Parts: sequence; structure tokens; C-alpha cells
Amino acid sequence: MSAKTADKIATGVIVFITGLIALALLGLLGYILFRGLGHISWHFLTSPPETIRKGGGIGPQLFNSLFLLVLTMIITVPLGIGAGIYMSEYAKAGKITSAIRLVVEVLSSFPSIIVGLFGLLVIVNKFNLGFSLLSGALALTIFNLPLMVRITEQGLRSVPVQQKEASLALGISKWKTIRSVQLPIALPIVLSGSILAAGRIFGEAAALLFTAGMSSPRLDFSDWNPLHNDSPLNPLRPAETLAVHIWKVNSEGLAPDATQIAAGASAVLIITVLLFNLGARALGRYMHNRFTASK
Amino acid sequence: MIDIALSAKQLNVHYGEKHAVHDVSLDFAEKEVTALIGPSGCGKSTFLRSLNRMNDLIPSCRVTGDIWLKDQNINGSDTDVVALRKNIGMVWQRPNPFHKSIYENIAFGPRYHGVKNKKQLDEIVEQSLRKAAIWEETKDRLHKSALALSGGQQQRLCIARTIAVKPDVILMDEPASALDPISTSKIEELISELKQDYSIVIVTHNMHQAARVSDKTAFFLNGHVVEYDKTETIFTNPTNQRTNDYITGRFG
Repeated sequence: MSAKTADKIATGVIVFITGLIALALLGLLGYILFRGLGHISWHFLTSPPETIRKGGGIGPQLFNSLFLLVLTMIITVPLGIGAGIYMSEYAKAGKITSAIRLVVEVLSSFPSIIVGLFGLLVIVNKFNLGFSLLSGALALTIFNLPLMVRITEQGLRSVPVQQKEASLALGISKWKTIRSVQLPIALPIVLSGSILAAGRIFGEAAALLFTAGMSSPRLDFSDWNPLHNDSPLNPLRPAETLAVHIWKVNSEGLAPDATQIAAGASAVLIITVLLFNLGARALGRYMHNRFTASK
Repeated sequence: MIDIALSAKQLNVHYGEKHAVHDVSLDFAEKEVTALIGPSGCGKSTFLRSLNRMNDLIPSCRVTGDIWLKDQNINGSDTDVVALRKNIGMVWQRPNPFHKSIYENIAFGPRYHGVKNKKQLDEIVEQSLRKAAIWEETKDRLHKSALALSGGQQQRLCIARTIAVKPDVILMDEPASALDPISTSKIEELISELKQDYSIVIVTHNMHQAARVSDKTAFFLNGHVVEYDKTETIFTNPTNQRTNDYITGRFG
């Protein structure tokens, strides 16, 4: 076989495999959207679910997902950025640093159901936080934190060392240099990374089953005091998220339209995650342009 | 008697196992330009980076010996490196303006060092840019990004940024070698202007440049200083045969 034929065959095979993957993905996406889009309506997005009657919505679940996302990010982002700065700028090469890095790697590949069970044993029971948004947020932090640390570290490492030197040579302290010179340059990477992490939070179910719980108490959307029991903002109330709701409706839903609800909720979930990803890209590009002054 | 701005005594630099700079003792006179010349890898840049403790950033790098800034040994472990670097500025081979506006590039240092007054800052920005001969080109776009400037302009901006914090000494590591000939001659003119106010140590590959801008020249070879004298002497009547061979282009 001539080199040219071999080259053609290899190219063909690679294109075929890529096409197959793209097709599978598009097919899946198309299928979920096709099945679910018809069911999405304002009523569906805003009203509470029904246990045995037809016509339930996903309002509280959608809200829970978003609120949990915000809670998790409030915990994850500062911790992750702090640890990322340490790993990139302060940690000296050595055994301890390698050990930390190993732990971070292992943590990020933990199966989420294990994180969920750990959350049940430690956060829910031991710390007595109960099935609550806060428990869920802490559990999600456990496996979002490594991602955040790594993204920050990579972002900072991608900043040219000349930038750091230029600042230090002006007699500016290390911390001020990190804060005012290095972090702003790393920001687009950190930001788009956090949004991708947020997408993961949004779609997570297994880790939340035993931490945030599977029930959604009646919420009073006119009461925004986080200390009140029925308030949507109370972080200590149990909260079923959208992903968990899909799982529950599918496995034990009693409503006659359970299948449609699951399909509609899946479509909403996918669209939101997709929006997150597109948003991350657009924001990353916008920030990149702003900082490298393409205009 | 000429005042000494900066003085290295028995300075040695090791990179891990490599002994990059051997027992270098040099005095840099106040308000003069001193050129460090020599072939690639001779240790001149490494030596330069030791003078403002920039080599502290490289974990495997060890610098021993004394560096005197006026009457303070700045190579001690108890030296406040951050404060020291305010007094010894640095300009690199590749222009490295901050990813900020032109104004912010200049104002960043002085503001950190305590100038909060907007009017005062404006003044420092204008003066620094004027001194670096780039005010006319930038005055209408002060709040635009510095990265939109050309390479030569960026380098002059970096010089303006350095003088904005009013150092005593400016270290320059081949400041024109990444620039075109016109920008290069502008930088050289600028160096001659700046020496009225600052003591300058410049590493250069370009011997003509050393001859044009410097008052004294030190010739480095394999981490040693072979010869250090008035630039005129080095280029017309060097004592050492190796210096002669180098400046006449026999090697390097």
C-alpha cells in the first residue's frame, strides 16, 4: 500500500470516528429537546410539582438548582481561588506540594455518589445540618473545589512571567502583584472555568440525593427573609434540584404525565447547561479582548 | 572623586551546579551609563538580574557576595527586597507593559508607593512620559490599552513606568535588541538623556551601542569580568588580548 493510500484511509477513519461522535451527541441532544421542548411553557417553569395529578411544574426545582448554584459558588470560588494562588505562587516544589496536588487530583475524580454518601454521614448527620441546601452546597464544594483550584493555578501559570517581574521591579509587593497584575490577566480563564464548574453543579444529582434531599417543601415566594422556614432563600431547608427531580419523577413518579415532566425538565436542564457553556465562552472572549485591547 | 551609585563586591552566582558568575566586583558610578558586554551565556544578564535581587525568583539560583547601594548591603537576607526594588528599576529585552491602559501602566507604581492625589498622579504620568520621549505619541490615548502601542513605543513606556517610581539606578537588559533600527536609536538617545538623572547599567549584545551610549564598559567572559574601563579605552586601546579579540569580532 502506498503512503498516499494509507494516508487517505487514516484520514477517512478519523473523520468517520469524529463524525460518529458528533452524530451521537447531536442525536442525543436533538432527542431530548424534541421530546421535551413541547412540554415547556411558562406555567411549567413556574408552578410547583403535583404528586398524583396532571399538570405539575418544576418552578421550585428550577429555583433550587439556581440557588444551590449560587450558594456553592459563594463557598467554592474564594476557597478555590485562594488555594489556586497558593499552588501557583507560594507553594515550593517538594513532597508536600506534590501530596497536595495528588489529593486535589484524586478529589476531582471522586465518584459523585461517594461524595453524596460522605455528605450524608458527615455533613447531614455528624454536623447535624440535615437535608438542606447548605449540606448540598458543601457536598458539591467537595468535588468542585479541585476543579476551581486547578483552573486558578493554570490561569495564573499562563500569565507571562515578565508581567510579574515588571511589577516586582517597581518595588511592588508580591501580594499586590498577584492581585493587580497577575489575577486580572488570568481572570478570563478563571471566569470561564468557574462557569463550566457551575454547569457541573447544575447537572449534578447523585451527590445531592442524600444531602440536599429529595423533597421540596411548599415555598412562599413572597417571603424573602432567609431566616423564615418557608422562604425560598432559607439555606437550611431541604431542596430538591432539577436533576434530582428528573431522577425521582422518572423512577417513582405517580403523576399521569410523569414522562412528559421528566422530558420537559431534561430539556430545561440541557438548555441551561448549554447556555452556561456558551456564556462562558462569550465572556471569556469578551474579557480576553478587553484585556489584550483588541479594540 | 566620582560618587558610586551601586557596587558589587565578590559577587558569585550559582544556578544549581552551574557557576554562572565568578567573583565579580564592579563599581557603578553615579549618573553614568555602564555597559556590560560579552558573548551569549557569559553571565552578564545573570549578573544584572542579581543587582535588584530578581534572581530571588529562581529557586535554584544562589547569589553570594555583597551589593552596596549607597551604604546598605542589599544582598543580605534581612534586606527588604520590595523596598529595594523601588530604588533599582529594570527594563527588559522584550517590552512588557502591563495589560492595562497607558495611564495605569505609569500610575500603578507611584500609587502603590503612596501617591493618591489624582492631580499629582496626572503630573507624574505626564512627566514620566515626557522624560521617556513618548508623551506626544500617547497624550491623546492615555486611557487606551498599552498593548496597542508599537514595540518601540512599548519599550519607551516601560522606561517611563520605571522612572515614575524615581529609582536611583536603572538596570537595562538588552533594551533595544528586540526593536527596529529607528526605535533603537530613539532608545539610545533616551538613555543619553536619562543619565542626567539616573545611574544606568545596560547589558548589550551590540558593541556599537555600547560604544555610543556608555561611559564605562565591562567585558564579561565565562562568568568573569575580563576588563573594566572607560568605554573609549575598552574600544580603542584594551589592555587584555581577549577583550581586543572580542571587540574586533574574532569571536562571540
